[in-house]
Amino acid sequence: MNMALLPLTPNLLPLFVAIPLGSAFIVSLLGKKLRGFSDTFSNLATFSLFCFSLLSLLLIKRLGTVVYKVGGWIPPIGICMVLDSLTSFMLITVNLIAFLVTIYSISYMERYTDKWKFYTLFLLMLAGMNGVIVTGDLFNLFVFLEIGSISSYALVAYGVEHEELEASFKYTVMGSIASSFILLGIALLYSYTSSLNMADISRTLAQGKGSQVVFFVSVLFLMGFGLKAALVPFHAWLPDAHPSAPAPISAMLSGVLIKALGVYALARIFFNVLGMTAILSSILMVLGTVSMIVGVFLALGQWDFKRLLAYHSISQVGYVILGIGLGSPLGILGGLFHLFNHSVFKSLLFLNAGSVAYSIDTRNLQEMGGLKEKMPVTGNTCLMASMSIAGVPPFNGFWSKLIIIIACIQARHFVYAFWASLVSIMTLASFTKVQRYAFFGELKSKWTQIKEVPITMRLSMVVLSVICLFGGLLLIPGVQKNFLNLATQVLVNGNNYAQAVFGSLK
Amino acid sequence: MIYLMCLILFSIGIYCILVKRNLIKIIIGIGIVEYAVNLFFILLGYRAGGRAPILDEKQVVQNMVDPLPQALILTAIVIGLAVTVLIVSIAVRIYEKYGTFDITKIRRLRG
Repeated sequence: MNMALLPLTPNLLPLFVAIPLGSAFIVSLLGKKLRGFSDTFSNLATFSLFCFSLLSLLLIKRLGTVVYKVGGWIPPIGICMVLDSLTSFMLITVNLIAFLVTIYSISYMERYTDKWKFYTLFLLMLAGMNGVIVTGDLFNLFVFLEIGSISSYALVAYGVEHEELEASFKYTVMGSIASSFILLGIALLYSYTSSLNMADISRTLAQGKGSQVVFFVSVLFLMGFGLKAALVPFHAWLPDAHPSAPAPISAMLSGVLIKALGVYALARIFFNVLGMTAILSSILMVLGTVSMIVGVFLALGQWDFKRLLAYHSISQVGYVILGIGLGSPLGILGGLFHLFNHSVFKSLLFLNAGSVAYSIDTRNLQEMGGLKEKMPVTGNTCLMASMSIAGVPPFNGFWSKLIIIIACIQARHFVYAFWASLVSIMTLASFTKVQRYAFFGELKSKWTQIKEVPITMRLSMVVLSVICLFGGLLLIPGVQKNFLNLATQVLVNGNNYAQAVFGSLK
Repeated sequence: MIYLMCLILFSIGIYCILVKRNLIKIIIGIGIVEYAVNLFFILLGYRAGGRAPILDEKQVVQNMVDPLPQALILTAIVIGLAVTVLIVSIAVRIYEKYGTFDITKIRRLRG
């Protein structure tokens, strides 16, 4: 890389928020008048974001933690944006999925009127997610969380039919209660440490011993972010909201929104700001395991394709939380790797469900059958995604689940390891059903006229399935050292986050 | 004492959301919860007998109200407004579709 560019590097950070926000504004201004403008412009925006997130990985390698001072104020006073390895990891995950989903939307969203409104909301949601990931300030995190959430409430209601509106209402009510809990937690933390900067809070808390206030704040955050991440006692909104949205949005919501707003924020605050304790760790592990089991049991009985996938999201997020909750380096590595893998295969599955709905306009598995014959690309990519989520080697889901189970056994939590393997088998059973009813078997006579979906939709599905197939290669020692291990290290280091942030200011 | 009143307000809001069957009353409940949290945050920055946080050359600042929570709550109020506008418009659309505000009658999604 050119050395002359290095002084500019912290200026890369605000672009992750500025590009989607600015594009949303321009699309809403011009999208209505110029035909095709919103498609091209949104795709360019998400593509550039993806390139920048890959670039951020290179910067981390050279510079370590990068801090951008918003408005030039020094961090404990002003707001700052922090780029470290975990941030970079999450940015790549989010923007990769966002780019592929926008490619898919070009053809898929033709069924709806006013495509530009969809792109505006989509880009706003992306701005919220990227903002949550890059920010280093607690209240700023809350603001970006709300930007992302509010646009997702609107996107769930996008079809304005009976089910969509009902789901969106439910989601909005629960989401705004979660936000109130998070704001209450921030208020208490501010009064306790008189700071909103995450690194500064972390430094203050590390000096004093853990008190009742910190534990109460942890519980508030657990409720708030746990609801955004759809952990089991707080999961009721997800199976309604995710299937009701248009397919590209379901892919974004299940693939990355619950992770950026829920799991990432939870992990960052618990590990780097509040400090992980044994109690919190065991709460997370129990919640993760319960989510895993309840999600998969509820999924087994479903006949609605997208609703089945939504229940599996709850179950798979349980794996991520279990891995992260273990707190050991191997567990966190497995959790983060599963987070990435789940983003890939769950968005692929929702895009598959969207393609089926695009061709035959139903989500009921019993009405399908033999679709593989007519839709080979959708059928084969769905088969790969199903094997991936069920943990069949050599697909990526197998490796991350294996790491999580090994980490459980290493930490002598045999019960969790047992449930993790059992849930994996039940996931396989559930997806065997999907394959059997939707893609294999006799082709129903009424579906003889259907065709394969357009090229852009096929393209993004194929790219995602290739990532599913070769995702396991991220574990090759050379690659793992530069990508996953660095991200894991940020969480393992805990309170050293403050030193990393303040150290890079000098 | 005054913090206790915030807690009571918060509980009233939660009660309203959980028990009421009318969509509009649920929305009012959300508003009450938001205001309770906002009020609590403002009170955290309040000093008894403190003055407004405006610097003047002649005066020596002794007892000043913390201005930061006020700035933050201004943002939080705007966010609350956005949520309220969105949820009210969803409620209006629901009324158009179902012809009722009663949540026990709006039950197409289950399982």
